[in-house]
Order: sequence, then structure tokens, then C-alpha cells
Amino acid sequence: MAPELLVLVKHDCPVCDQVLPVFDDARAGGAPVRILSQSSAPDTAEQARRLGLGEVPALDEDLEASVRYDPDAVPAVLLLDGGAERGRVEGLDRARLSALAAQVGTTLDVSGLPEHRPGCASKARDPEVAARLAARAARRDGRIRSRVLTVGVLEDVHEALHERGLTDGLPVVPPTPERVVAMLAHSSRSPQDLVGSVPPYDGEATVEKVAINAVMAGCPAEALPVVLAAVEAACRPEFALHGLIATTHPAGPTVIVSGPHADRIGMNAGGNSLGQGNRANLTIGRALQLVVRNVGGSRPGVEDRAAHGQMGKVGSCFAERLDGMPWAPLGVARGVDAGDTAVVLVATEAPRLVIDQLAREPEALAASFALALRSIAHPKLVLAMDGLLLVGPEHGRVFAAAGWDRERLCEELFERTKAPAGELARGAGGSAEGIDPKWVSDPAMPVQKFAAADRILLAYAGGDAGLFSMVFGTWVAGEVGSTPVHARVEDWL
Amino acid sequence: MALEILDPTAEQTAVERPLAPGMPAGARIALLDIRKPRGDVFLDTVEATLVERGFSVERTAKPTFTKPAPPDLRSEIAERCDAVIEALAD
Repeated sequence: MAPELLVLVKHDCPVCDQVLPVFDDARAGGAPVRILSQSSAPDTAEQARRLGLGEVPALDEDLEASVRYDPDAVPAVLLLDGGAERGRVEGLDRARLSALAAQVGTTLDVSGLPEHRPGCASKARDPEVAARLAARAARRDGRIRSRVLTVGVLEDVHEALHERGLTDGLPVVPPTPERVVAMLAHSSRSPQDLVGSVPPYDGEATVEKVAINAVMAGCPAEALPVVLAAVEAACRPEFALHGLIATTHPAGPTVIVSGPHADRIGMNAGGNSLGQGNRANLTIGRALQLVVRNVGGSRPGVEDRAAHGQMGKVGSCFAERLDGMPWAPLGVARGVDAGDTAVVLVATEAPRLVIDQLAREPEALAASFALALRSIAHPKLVLAMDGLLLVGPEHGRVFAAAGWDRERLCEELFERTKAPAGELARGAGGSAEGIDPKWVSDPAMPVQKFAAADRILLAYAGGDAGLFSMVFGTWVAGEVGSTPVHARVEDWL
Repeated sequence: MALEILDPTAEQTAVERPLAPGMPAGARIALLDIRKPRGDVFLDTVEATLVERGFSVERTAKPTFTKPAPPDLRSEIAERCDAVIEALAD
């Protein structure tokens, strides 16, 4: 193919208006000039009429040439030789345009043009257009493969999403291809990678499906790797997500983000970290639950048989506070390398406050924590549930000052949550619940609340002020129930 | 303008499961205890009723109510029995 000049223009660019007649004349005179417009057919025709061009420029369909050569500005004149670019001029530069034209044996009549003018932004650089183009390219390349749902002109998109059963009852961000593709850019994983099979119907959660639900949840795009790790962990058999969905118990997955990524994606590990006000905290857990609903197929009242549920089933997620932490982060304690970030998932009830404003010694504080931990599910129910203790900074510093590490505190809590068998037996204290009296040979025999010391999980978060910690009970734990799981968050951000 | 969004579901269609056909007398029926407290009380009653109606009954149980029945247990029931009744508790 002989060398040619490719001229990219758009209809609403005054500099394009200036150069177009020059190239239109050159083309009419037989010069190897091809003019492509970034604008629509009617706008391009109107511009040609306005400028009195001999021929209406062809359209740069899907901005294909504009994306391939990617000029910052139009008019952009490219010297192409067999498709390869040999030179270009962006904007209006009389001398350089003449020199470029000379290379294809053409003399331009530039006498009426100013010496120099900057052009206008190429249409492919318009953020909205760029997002649309990226979405089209992702579909073409097979990076996104989900079915397209069309919300009609007369439908309200928020109402339509509710009516189609795709929400958790709160409004969601409509997962347009543009938003999903923008979010996918925050993971190095291929969009069609399988993250997990999601109960109850074993729906395949690909990276793409997770991203769609993360968009709906309102996640910041950079939180996608955390959501992916949470979905991966939730689908591990030992987490028993199928049973967690189906149970009448109110528990749901709580996601603890443990490590430096939490801060990088703007999570709040300080004051009100379990409350409102932080986008990442509120949306990561919600994204996981939307995956469970939409990919797994779990519907409240149908597959999800919770008698009451609790607010954390909309989404429960918080970050560990690294600043002032009295021991290693929970993720590191579970085997993730120091400096890496883990998500740790625990099947929990709603959290509850433990106040101790008087204890200044670690033993006394552990005693208060133990009383609160004993009440999980029922003070007389033992060996059924795990406990998650979220230690606040003002409590944490008591242990830091005493040099108590994680293991020491867990051991202490394990011992202090034991109770005499006689107090736990059915009927004791007037309560029918408890252990079968046939197992109680010695009423004074201590019976443990938890199966082992490491079945009490410790996390650390909260505001600077307040002698408070929080206790989460869990669903049925251990081999017969749900085991806490973790996954490393990929480095990509 | 119509808005295009991506389907957030796994794009599966739920399988409609018809009710099991009536069992002829003498059929072998598995009673699967999911291991919830007092599920056995319910199954005892079901067993007595079935035996009275001329069915033979095989009692079986999941290891734990928190997890789906393991594939081995499911195939064992399918091999040995004509039908299964799963007891839910609570």
C-alpha cells in the first residue's frame, strides 16, 4: 500500500474546521489523503456542508483508528506507510504539515492558515467515550462474557433491579459494562478466572461476576482484590458457606481485612470502624453477600432460613488497626507473610460491647472478656461456638504494657471461660438449656466454653478513646460447622 | 435511552424438581437424619408410619447438620434405597 496521510477530525473543533478544506482540496486534486471523522454521521455531514467540502469525510467507526493511533489532539495528521506510522502532526502547525505532505509528494495550500494553533482533545480521550470503548474492547476480546440485561427507556433502573431480584433490598449501583471493566483493571487476574463455586447452587463466581457484584455493592474499584480474596475464602469447604446460608441461626460472614492494603484502599480501622461512614468498610462485606445472593442463588426466606438474621448480613467488614497493635496482625498469626494482607472470614453474629473501665491489669481485663465470651449463644452452651474478640486500643494497651502476646491472652481467656459442670447442667439456674446431666459426674469439674485456646480469635481495631472491646459469637464452629478461613490479597492495586 | 447492564447472576436456570412418584408397598425408604436435636423423634414417628404401611426403612444420618450430605452417603442411599425422606428440624 502506498504511503498516505490519514487526517482525524471532529465536528466541533474550530481548528479542524480550518484544516479540513485544505485536505479536502488536496484529496480532490488526487493526493493520497484519507479523512476520518470522530463525530456522528449527521454532525459530520453538517460540518462538511458548513465548510463547503467536496466530499463528506468517512466516519471513524467505533473510533477504531483514533484508538489505534491515540492522538491527544485533533486535527491529527498521520503519515502511514503500509499501516506503519512514519510521522504525525497534532493540532495545526503549518510548516510541519507541509513537510509531512511533501513526504507523499503533495503540496498543501496552507496560505490561509495561521502558523500554529493547538487542536482540540481527541474524542477517544473523553473519559465517557474512553470507558465505552474499553467496555466494547473487553467484550470483543472475551474478557467480559456476562449476559447483557437491558433496562427499558421507561423503566427506573433502581426499581428494575429490585424487581428482578438482584439486590439485597438497598439500592445498588447499576453494573454497566463501563463500570465493570473499570473495576476489572484493579485486578491482575483474568476476568474469566474462577474464584469459587458459590453455594447453595454452586454458581461459578468468575472474577468478572465478582466485579459486577462489587460494582453493585458500591465498592471502590481498588477494593476488588480484597473482595476477590473474600469470595475465594468464603467458598472453601471448611467455611461451610452452604450451611451458613441455610441455617436458622443469624450468623453471616464477617470479613476482617488484616494488613497494609486496608489503609491503601481507604478502610477505616479507627473510630466507628464497625459503623457507618466509610465506603470500603461498608461495601466489601456487602459485595460478598451480593455474590452469595446473585451468583450462589441464596434468597432470604427461601434458601436462607435465618429466624432473625442481623444487620451484618447486609455486609460485615472491618479492617484491623495496625497502629499500636499489641501483637502481630490476625493474618500474620494465621500464616500470611508479614507485610502481606489477608482477609480472614468468620461466621459471626452481630457484635456486642464489652465495657471494662476499671481494669488496669491484664488479668482483670481478661476476666471481663471471659465473662462476655461465656455468654455467646447461651452461657450454658459449651463447645459449640468459637468467639471473636475485637480488642479496642484502650484495652489493647493494657496487654501491650504487660507484654501479653496473642497466645497468652487466648490461653488466659480459654481458662477463664471454663465453668463448673453443675452450673451448666440442664435445669441449673432454672434454665432448661445446658449439658445433659448424665455427663456431669462431678458438679465442680470445670468445663470449657471453647474447644481450644486458638478457637478464640483476637482482632484489633477501634478509636483512640473508649475502654471498650467488642465480642462476636459465631455459628456452630469447628469440624462440625464453620472454621474461620483466610486468603491472601493479591498485590495488585 | 435504554441502559445496558451486566447480569450479576451465574446465569443458571433453576431446575424444577417434580415430586417423587408414589412408592409401591415394600419399597425401601431411607430416613436421613440431618443431626439436628430431636430430629430422631420426628423420624421415629415417620418410621413407624412407613413400616405400618408396608415399607422397609433404613435409618441413616449426615455427619453434621451444618454441611450438605457427603457424596458417598448420597450414592450409598441411592444404591440401597428407592427413595429418601430427609428430616429437617428446628
